[in-house]
Amino acid sequence: MAEKKSRKGPDIPRQKMPEQDPQERAHNFYEVALGYTEELALKEASRCLQCKKPLCMQGCPVEIDIPIFIGRIREKDFLGAARVIKQKNSLPAIAGRVCPQETQCEQKCVLGKKGEPCAIGRLERFVADFERATGQVQYPTLPPPVGRRVAVVGSGPAGLTLAGELIKRGVAVTVFEALHELGGVLVYGIPEFRLPKAIVRSEVEYLSNLGVEFKTDYVVGKISTVDELLADGFDAVFIGTGAGAPMFLNIPGENLCGVYSANEYLTRNNLMKAYLFPEYDTPIARGKKVAVFGGGNVAMDAARTALRLGADEVTIIYRRTEAEMPARAEEVHHAKEEGVRFMMLSNPVEFIGNEAGWVTAVRCNRMQLGEPDASGRRRPIPIEGDFFTVEIDTAIVAIGNRSNPLIPQSTPGLELNRHGNIVADPETGRTSRPNVWAGGDIVTGAATVILAMGAGRKAALDILSTFGIKVTAQA
Amino acid sequence: MFAIVDRKQLCPGITSLTIKAPEIAKKHKPGQFVILRIDETGERIPLTVADKDPQAGTITIMFQEVGKTTYKLARIPVGGALKDLVGPLGSPTEIEYFGTTVSIGGGIGIPLLYPITKALFEAGNHVVTIIGARTKELLVLEDEMRAVSKVFKVCTDDGSYGIHGFVTQELQRMIDAKEPIHRIIGVGPVPMMRVLCNLTRPYGIKTIVSLNPIMVDGTGMCGACRCEIDGRTRYACVDGPEFDGHQVNFDLLMKRLAMYKGQELISLERFKQEGGVTPQQKEG
Repeated sequence: MAEKKSRKGPDIPRQKMPEQDPQERAHNFYEVALGYTEELALKEASRCLQCKKPLCMQGCPVEIDIPIFIGRIREKDFLGAARVIKQKNSLPAIAGRVCPQETQCEQKCVLGKKGEPCAIGRLERFVADFERATGQVQYPTLPPPVGRRVAVVGSGPAGLTLAGELIKRGVAVTVFEALHELGGVLVYGIPEFRLPKAIVRSEVEYLSNLGVEFKTDYVVGKISTVDELLADGFDAVFIGTGAGAPMFLNIPGENLCGVYSANEYLTRNNLMKAYLFPEYDTPIARGKKVAVFGGGNVAMDAARTALRLGADEVTIIYRRTEAEMPARAEEVHHAKEEGVRFMMLSNPVEFIGNEAGWVTAVRCNRMQLGEPDASGRRRPIPIEGDFFTVEIDTAIVAIGNRSNPLIPQSTPGLELNRHGNIVADPETGRTSRPNVWAGGDIVTGAATVILAMGAGRKAALDILSTFGIKVTAQA
Repeated sequence: MFAIVDRKQLCPGITSLTIKAPEIAKKHKPGQFVILRIDETGERIPLTVADKDPQAGTITIMFQEVGKTTYKLARIPVGGALKDLVGPLGSPTEIEYFGTTVSIGGGIGIPLLYPITKALFEAGNHVVTIIGARTKELLVLEDEMRAVSKVFKVCTDDGSYGIHGFVTQELQRMIDAKEPIHRIIGVGPVPMMRVLCNLTRPYGIKTIVSLNPIMVDGTGMCGACRCEIDGRTRYACVDGPEFDGHQVNFDLLMKRLAMYKGQELISLERFKQEGGVTPQQKEG
């Protein structure tokens, strides 16, 4: 019966993601998107045209066999669907939540030409959640150990993906993490309401059960250098340390109390659970009037976090217009629904503080759009003499990250570009140093979780071929 | 988990803990610090390493009880453990032969001053040490400091021991007596370090101080520890913690250190009301 309907996919509208009510969720840290029910998933899966030459796959950085997994959903073989995804992506519950599908697989979907594309991301999330929630996570049969060891620096999406690919082929993997929790940006950066930490933990547990060794509280570059790891018997080192050094505005008053980098604000809240203070010991400023500077996903995360911490007014201050904002449309939409204000064409020039050294206001310069710049977006130009002041008690600077110099500085001979990122072959992840691979934000500069996963996967495949290990599809 | 193998109360409010941490013990250099987290709900705090024993695989931290975390830390018994300990972090002290060096410090700065002084002494410097405390019973590491100094002076604010006065007054006497000084290392409370730097600036004596701002990750990722050095923003966790004291904006440091004072108080009071019991004590 379902068979018949499925052939007429386009008649059925794209199934909406059930969400917590905006008014309610703006005051809690529970996940905003509740996930498809089985019924919704079947309906949405029935929309897929099962193209012979699927364009969606071309849009996927890890080349998931999208029509095949959706086909399994249609057959109600949800575990089978999960298996198909996991051949290419070990972390589907994460990717299904944080991937910008609208610019990747879903952008290429044929359905999108006339109507709305198939909700591939939501389906990916559904099968991953189904597998986990029903306690039926399946483990592949591991081949015998091949006698090779790989050290992974950083437990973010690139490192976890690489670890998964290698362990499944009999390579011993040790992941070194500087923080006390595993997951990198997935635990310190992305808030609970977008990516519950329990999901990251279960993905890590999956890898750990496969045999990946994890070492937390271990700063490579301090306890051991990359060279020491190689000397200690690791055959290869993969550097996936991310873009972990916040950029500031470099304007007067930026060091006043109450002015945070988004990294600090989010780390206090996500990793250290400051939202549960005083049950948890880490404090955070619970500002009433909060300004967030920047227009990316991190800015949206910070603004929505500030709301949940009890702010009366949260304003995104951005120097261009909404059209130029790099944030996902969905994140902007969610932020607006929850009550975040948007102040566009405004550039902060100075923070003003009180006697105690706390920020009380920010002075901004009004901007207008000029000709497109190198990024293709219209360049913001200050309007001379047009300044205004916004009263605030907390400021969060979310204008991006540069690469953390810890590894580059402690690894002689590692070639860097002018931004301090590690130079690595985009197809293989090979660096200028033999036996050293790198991938993710430390190579590309701040980008997306899925691109980091893609880089981890490519590097894993290259490491395997260097080891002379054949990669078969059904690993 | 990182086991506590020894615990000593050095004086009222100051405790010494020796912790099993073989990898840190092997790599730690003077001037570097660690970050610890007691348990699952704990905060991350930076603490200086006063001593290490690479053979035994241990490090020793000394700290003053100022908030909930240090209060709790001081009460973990031997046999208990810390959930997390990471290090060594920060850049090591520049150690070489300078000539005459002065190690000057007060209170809880002395435990950090000790490994630095020891290294300067072993590098052949003519080490002059001037340490102080509010009163005699709050003075720590006196014997250890004496053993690595050519000239050794103790000051107390109340005159209960050694020279009556501040360490900076004693340094002023040295400068007035035209004794040669090639480098000063100052570690102590922020007001002391500020006075020290104001004192030595007109004489152009290189004065290195170790800063102790609030930190979270300690690896340059968050920027909580930003300080103003020569008008530029620097991170104490990776660019420091030691800086040229004449370039430090101490006023900013003081203000940023007080950022969470209200919450710190709530945390401590709440903990004491609950009986101030650590999980490790409950089990024991």
